[in-house]
Order: sequence, then structure tokens, then C-alpha cells
Amino acid sequence: MSTPERLSRDDVAHVAALARLELTEEELERYTGQLAQVLEHAKDVSSLDLSGVAPTAHAMAVVNVLRPDEVRPTLDRAEVLAEAPEVESDRFRVPRILGEAP
Amino acid sequence: MSPTGLGDAAALADGVRSGGVSAAEVLEGYLDRIDAREGEIHAFNLVTAEEARQAARAVDARVAAGEDPGPLAGVPVALKDNLCTRGVATTCSSRILEGWQPPYDATVVTRLAAAGAVAIGKTNMDEFAMGSSTETSATGPTRNPHDTSRVPGGSSGGSAAAVAAGFAPLALGSDTGGSIRQPAALCGVVGLKPTYGTVSRYGLIAFASSLDQIGPFARTVADAALLFDVIGGHDPADSTSLERPAPAITSVLDRGVEGLRVGILSEHLDGAAADVVARTRMAADVLAGSGATVEEVSVPEVKLGLSAYYLIAPGEASSNLARYDGVRYGRRVAAEDTVTMMTQTRSQGFGAEVKRRIMLGTYVLSAGYMDAYYNQALRVRSMIIEGFARAYGTFDVLLGPTAPTTAFALGAKTEDPLAMYLSDVCTIPTNLAGHPAVSVPFGVGDDGLPIGIQILGPALSEGTIMQVATVLEANGGVS
Amino acid sequence: MKDGWVMVIGLEVHCELKTATKLFCGCPNLFGDEPNTNICPVCLGLPGSLPVLNERAVEMAMAIGTALNCEIRPSTFHRKNYFYPDQAKDYQISQYDEPLNANGYLVLPDGFRVGIERAHMEEDTGKTSHAGTSGRIHGADYSLVDYNRSGVPLVEIVSGPDMRTGEQARAYVTELRAILVATGASDGKMEEGSMRVDANVSVRRSEDEPFGTRCEIKNLNSVRSLGRAIEYEAERQIALIESGESVVQQTRHWDEDAGRTSALRSKEEAYDYRYFLEPDLVPLVPDAEWIDRVASSLDPMPAARRAALVDLFATDGGVSDAQQDLVTTVVDLSLDPLVIAAASAGVAPSLALARTANEAAKSAEAAGRLDPASFVALLALEESGALTATQAKTVLAELLEAGGGDPAAIAKARGFEAMSTDSLAAAVSEAIDAHPDEWSRFCQGDEKDEKKLTGFFTGLVMKATKGQADGKAVAAELQRRRG
Repeated sequence: MSTPERLSRDDVAHVAALARLELTEEELERYTGQLAQVLEHAKDVSSLDLSGVAPTAHAMAVVNVLRPDEVRPTLDRAEVLAEAPEVESDRFRVPRILGEAP
Repeated sequence: MSPTGLGDAAALADGVRSGGVSAAEVLEGYLDRIDAREGEIHAFNLVTAEEARQAARAVDARVAAGEDPGPLAGVPVALKDNLCTRGVATTCSSRILEGWQPPYDATVVTRLAAAGAVAIGKTNMDEFAMGSSTETSATGPTRNPHDTSRVPGGSSGGSAAAVAAGFAPLALGSDTGGSIRQPAALCGVVGLKPTYGTVSRYGLIAFASSLDQIGPFARTVADAALLFDVIGGHDPADSTSLERPAPAITSVLDRGVEGLRVGILSEHLDGAAADVVARTRMAADVLAGSGATVEEVSVPEVKLGLSAYYLIAPGEASSNLARYDGVRYGRRVAAEDTVTMMTQTRSQGFGAEVKRRIMLGTYVLSAGYMDAYYNQALRVRSMIIEGFARAYGTFDVLLGPTAPTTAFALGAKTEDPLAMYLSDVCTIPTNLAGHPAVSVPFGVGDDGLPIGIQILGPALSEGTIMQVATVLEANGGVS
Repeated sequence: MKDGWVMVIGLEVHCELKTATKLFCGCPNLFGDEPNTNICPVCLGLPGSLPVLNERAVEMAMAIGTALNCEIRPSTFHRKNYFYPDQAKDYQISQYDEPLNANGYLVLPDGFRVGIERAHMEEDTGKTSHAGTSGRIHGADYSLVDYNRSGVPLVEIVSGPDMRTGEQARAYVTELRAILVATGASDGKMEEGSMRVDANVSVRRSEDEPFGTRCEIKNLNSVRSLGRAIEYEAERQIALIESGESVVQQTRHWDEDAGRTSALRSKEEAYDYRYFLEPDLVPLVPDAEWIDRVASSLDPMPAARRAALVDLFATDGGVSDAQQDLVTTVVDLSLDPLVIAAASAGVAPSLALARTANEAAKSAEAAGRLDPASFVALLALEESGALTATQAKTVLAELLEAGGGDPAAIAKARGFEAMSTDSLAAAVSEAIDAHPDEWSRFCQGDEKDEKKLTGFFTGLVMKATKGQADGKAVAAELQRRRG
């Protein structure tokens, strides 16, 4: 497995936007250095040839966990909406949405 | 009651069940200790004294009515602040969840109540459990009760410190890469990370879902076992919960280590401080002297654990923490449009370490890097499981230090993320494999601070590793 | 379609499953309830909540896969990560590279075969309404989110790029809808959004050329708008290419009123969804026994049911084109059991088909609930001549309105008793006596005149008997008298 190039400031800026985070110039600089250091350390993993090894996402090999299609109690709406930052007409209010859902 | 004046949980519960002592009296004793030292330690984000008093009175009423409130009758338990408690603020020590009152209880919280336990408060932690020192908390660091200039470890530092300081006989924490065992070691208490799937995660605020497990802190191995038996067992609300009967390890703790095959994990001695290595070898000697066969064993794959962990855990975390967007609950920073609102909310709501890991995780999952990092780490995970399987073909349990050093000074590693991550090097491989491991106090280092010994075992070997811990505990371990 | 161009269409259909509860939690799966009442920690994405897969939803998805001739395979769930306020966790749990159903096909009524690439499970989002004058997202001052729909089970059915005309696309959606309804997995209501169609459209100059750049069209709320949108979009792309420009891959919104598509988002804003295996769920691995059990519990699919109706006409030389349309209508409305029941009881298939497709279909929902026995009894009355066609239709309407009943009793209450032969004869005599000229013309008239005059006398008799007479019986009596 070839190791990707060293992490750049642009990479970090791109990733921050994807993650809905805004960074100051100073943060961008600092995070770029720190993340590059972590990824550099991860070269012991990223540089290995593991083409013959299957990935493990779940430590315990369990399949087909299902529940019956039976109605369970719902939450009390008032209790839920009491925690919401902004509510109108029993709905969660958000400011203007600039684009359609993907 | 022990000479320290601190009862062990089993004895307290027996006292309450038999009417010898009231749950209310027990609780007040602990609340007094909290009053005396909490200002200095900051183990809690919230002490729920009034709710606890009510719960204690209810336990006493049941005893008076001739009922049995359960195996933890009247025992105060501190809860890590990432366990949902209905109507009681649950914050993960993050500004983004400041004041959030969940409308539901975590499964473990329900099980504790059903066993007669009294929830005494929510303990401080690294923000969203990301950290190894409890210094990334938005509410400020917890201090190590043995030396308040030192960290308690993390991320469950508040729970470890609460038990060490006598604020509660029992506490719950969560362990994703060592967050129970490492602070247990640094605070001189017992901490158990159970097999993945034995304790329900429903209501545990996720950090890295495939690695997170809830587990107990206690002053004794027996108390940790008692708490594990209460919280464990299948939960249909968690798809990864194993379909097995509730654990019952309390009854097997005294079986000794006669004939047990113990491997000293050499990779975990590499890089550990000399005093820590020395105590580990002493622990091995104790076991050998108690009838176990002890040998050193190498599992080279575990050396890859740290890197694999710091690719997998942030990857999952970046997705788990997406929901904190200011729409449904928690903090919101007002803005003209939704994208800006979400961005401002997250930028101001999360601390530096959480942002660092979200960005790292987003990066390793993003187009073009997924294979080189995330998928590669999942392959390493297979290798680590394979390596452990090989070792467990020869050994019943593995032994090593829990942490490379004793508690370090506050601020010592906050500016160097990689150095901080390295303090989890001994605990991480267990999480990647989904195996259980326990940290048991075993004496002190050159600085007089506690050292923890870690006993690792294959899946569902809690009974065996706790037998080993019991032997170490009985042989001069406790500081 | 413009000469010298070929259109390529692939469709993505999202179908909401008719389970009692949501995909990953026990909240009721109901449309139209008070906002934010069917919510729990799971579908609201509260911290600490965890998904658990609904067994019935899996079986419905497997039923759909079976009906679409798919391989049913071991599958997994992934997280599709993107921020949007209607997405409670800011990721969607969906099947990605290992879908439950793959490599199937659907045969249109005309025999054309459309490939089904996959039919996978995923969760629906919440519903956003926009405050402001337009009611649409653009120009809204703010928006409101209701999570009742969040976590409702969906199956997304992805066709191959196999269709070449708007007509085929319409036929595909119509047939797919009928299949989904037949599986019992969906109510197929496009207007309520329980079936949602997105179309991928591209154009090229011939079948030998590689595929052109495609655009995805959203907001297609009916089969009609699907056809219109596809044709508009193809023309737009052709015009672009012919004027020397190129098509940009993008998502476009269909505006039904304006009759055109407009760009929503272009490729440069493409999302990076960071798909990864959902750690909170385990793999779904249906075994052969489970797959067989689901398959054997399936009712016959529309194609088989249409064939069964056509079979009823085999001894009469098959169905006419007009009857073929009636067959399609009857199966689309799931009313074929009425026709089958009547035919099995000895009623002429043509009468059973006509009454079902023309009359019962007007109140299809009521007809679906009607006891076939009372429908059969009614047709028997009509066939025996006890009721006229007009009377039978009236009684049927009443049966449907009342939700059932005894057709004979309804006919009696309405006074629809068949006239005795004597009363009919008397009425015919009266009519002949009153119009001797017409009668003599009838008796010696040519064919054209005869037809007209039969109608004339029948009308008189019907008027005199207040519609009680059977038109066919009047005509027969007139013929008999002429000798």
C-alpha cells in the first residue's frame, strides 16, 4: 500500500469544511502540523502490504440481529422540544437552508 | 468497614439489605467526603445529592417493607458524564451539550436502579472521552487524589478519581482505547474493560462505536465484579450486545491461579518506565508463586495497535459527532443560514482535541484516503486479533503494565497530542480485539504513585482475568 | 424524440415500506400524524441511541427483491455522511456496496425487459417545511423540521440504464408500482410520497456510442410528470450539444407548472459521503430457508394475474385490445379476485370483466373490500335477466357505498323486479298501437331503419315501464312479433 503524500494545509481546510468546522489561520497551521505528525506515525500501518488480509469492522462476528415489528412507546413531544434550541408550531426551527438535500 | 472508614460495596449492600445501616446514612457519609475534597479534585460535573437522597430513601422504604432492593442496595455509584440520565444533565464534558437533559436513561443506568444502587453524580471526563488525562474537559481538569498536581488519567478520570478519593465506592466509566484501565491504574483503583458486547451501549454517548464498552471502577476486584454482574447481560436495544445470559463472575473470583498459563506481553514492557517494568515482573513472580506458569511472550502485531486505533476511532467519531449540529438539542450559535449555524455551533461548541479528532477522522474516511488509512487500519485490526489468538493458544491470560508510567503532571502532554496518545499504547490493542482486560493496583512507583497491572484475556474471559487480579490484589498490590 | 438521437433512461425509485414501525426503532410508521409525535431517541438521533433492524422491513425488502427476480445476498449497512437538518444523525444508514437484492429484472407488459441493478434498504429523512411566500426552499425565511418520517424504512430500486423512451419509463414505473403493491410492501402512493422517482437521463446519437453525460431529475410526483420531465430534459440536452455546448452532470429539479427542469447542484459541489460500515449494526445474512419462506408467501405478481384473467377468455378466442386494457386496469387496482370469483361461479368472463373494470373500478377501494360472493350474486341476477344492465349498475353502486349487502334485497327495495312476460308484452302492444306507421316501417324496413326503430320502440317501452323493462327482452319481443 503506497503511503499518501504529506497532509497539507489545503487538506485540513477541506476536511474542516466537510466536518462543518471553521478554523482560524492559526488553528489551521497548528492542526496541519499535529495531524501530519499523527499520520506520519501511522505510516507503520499505511505502508504495510496487507492485500491478503480481510478487514475487521466488528470485533465480534454476529449476524442477523433483528427486532419484531412492534410499536414501542414514543417520547413525550413537550419533553423533547424543551431541549430544542428553537421551536415553532411543534417543529424544530432552523435558519434559512441554502441548498436542497443531496 | 475497612480501617479507612470506606466500606466495600458488597458489605455496604449487605448492611443496607439487612437493615444494619440505612442507605440514607451511607449516602450522607459519601456526600460528606465529596463536600470535603471535591473542590480540590473536581471529580464531578454534577453531584445529584437531592436525587440521590430520594433514591436512598426509596431503598430504605423497600427494606422497611420487607423487600430486597437488590445486590447494590443503597450503594452510591458515580456515573461517567457520557451515560444518559433522564432529566439529569449529561454533557460529555463538552460545551456543545451544556445543560442537555436526556429524555431517557441508558440501559446500565436502568439496571443500576433496578439493583438498588444510588446514582450520586456525573463524573468529569475528557471531552467526548477523547483524551488520556481528563484535561480536555470543558469543565476543567480532574486532579489525581494521590497528588493533585498530577492527572488522574483519562478519559474516565472523574470516575477513577471519585472512587480513589472515596466519593463513591463504585463508578462506571467507558473504555474505547483504555479510558477505564489507564485512569484506574493512575488513581490506584480497579478498572475492568469487559468483552465488547457484554455490557449494553444503549445510552452511552458514542465516541467510537466499534470500540466503546462500559465498565466498572471499584476499590476491590470483588466490587468491580459485583458491578459488572449487575450491568452486564443481553440488551435487545443494542444490536452489538451478545445474546448471552448475564455474567456471574462474582462467584468464581477465589479460584486462584493454580495451573493457569500466564504470558508476560513483552511488547508492553518495551517503552515502559523502569519502576513500572519492575512492578510488572514482581506481579509475574507473585502469580508464579501462587501456582501459575509464567513465561514471556511476544505478540508483535500489538505494536501496530496505536496507529490503527488513531485511524479507526477518529473515523467513527467524526461520524458519531456529526449530530451535534444545533438543530435538535444542545448548544446553538445563531446565524443567518443553516450551514453557518451548524459551522459556528460546532466550532464554538467543541474543544481543540475533539476538533482534531473529527478532522483526522473525516480525513481518513474521505475520498482518496479511505483505503490507505481507514481500511488499512481495519486490516491491521484483523492482524491484531490473529496475534492474540496465537498467544491465547498457549496462554490463558496475558500480563503487562496498564500504562507506561505513573500519573504525569497536569499540562505535561497537552501540547503534544502524539505523546498523549502514547499513554494508551498498552490498553488499545484489547479494544481493537474486543477482548476484556482489567487493571489492578499493584504497589507504587519511585514517585510513590500507584502502578496498575493489566491482565488481558480472550473474549468472555472476565472470570479468569478477575481471578488473576484477585490474587495480585491479595499479595501486596494495594497502595 | 428528435431524429438522429437516442435517449437513455435509468430510474431510481424510493419506496416506503408499509411496516408498523420504523426501520431501526419501534416508533409508528404513520403518514399524516401531528408533527414530532412518532419520535424516540433513535429516530431523533439523540446521543447514546442505537439502531436495531426491523425484521418485517427486511422481509418486505426480500419480497421486493424476489418479485424483481433479484439475487438475495448477504448484505451490510453503511453510513452515508452529510449534514442536513432533516437528517437526524447527520448521516443516513443505507446499504452501499453490499445490497440485499441485486442483479434482477422487471418485464414490462409488452415484454421489454428492464434490468434491476439493486434494491437496497435505507432509512428515510425527516420532513422540512419552508416558511415564506413560496413554500419552497428558495426564498424561504426559515424552515421547520418534523422527524415523524425520520427512520421510516425505504427500499431504493435502481434500474439499469435500459429504457429508451418516456413511454417505457412510464410503463416501468406503472408496472413497478403494481409489483410493489402486490408484494404487500408498499401502498405505491406517489402523491403521498410513499413512492418517489428520480430519473437519470442522457442522450447520444446512436446505440453504438458510449453513454452521454447524465443528469438526475428529482421531484417527479406522478407518472405523467415523469414522462414530461424526461422528454423535456432530453430535448434540453440535445439542444445543448447541437449548439456546441456540453451537458454538465448535475441534479435538476422538475417544475411541473413551468414544464421544465432547472439545476439544483452541479458536480463541482459533489459531496464526499465518506461511506463506512455502520458499526452499530451487524451484517444481514439471509439463509436459503428464510429466502424460500419469504418467496413462498408472496401472492402472484401482476403479470401472472393478468395472464390468469386473459386465460378466462381462452375458449372465446382470447381478449380484444379493449378487453386487454380492462385486464390491466383491473389488476392495477387489485380487483382481479372479483373477476376470477365471478367467472368461477359461471358468470360470463366478459360481463365480469366489464362490470369490474368499468363500474367497480370507480370506487376501487370499496370494491377491494367487497365480498366477492355478493358481487357474483349480482352478476348472476343480471345474467339471468332478473336485473337489467342499468339496474345492475345501480345495485352495484349501492353495494359499494354500503360496503356490501344482498343484491337481491337491494334490487327489491328499489323496485327493480323483472317484468313478467305478460306485462312486457302488454307494454310492447301499447307502443305498437300508438305508432302504426313506425311499426309497418319496422316490419318491412331495411337494416339501418330496423336498428333505429328498435331503439325507438325500446325507448317507448322503457319510458312506459319507468326503466323496468329489459332492453334486450323488448328487442326480442319486437323481433318475435314481426315474425
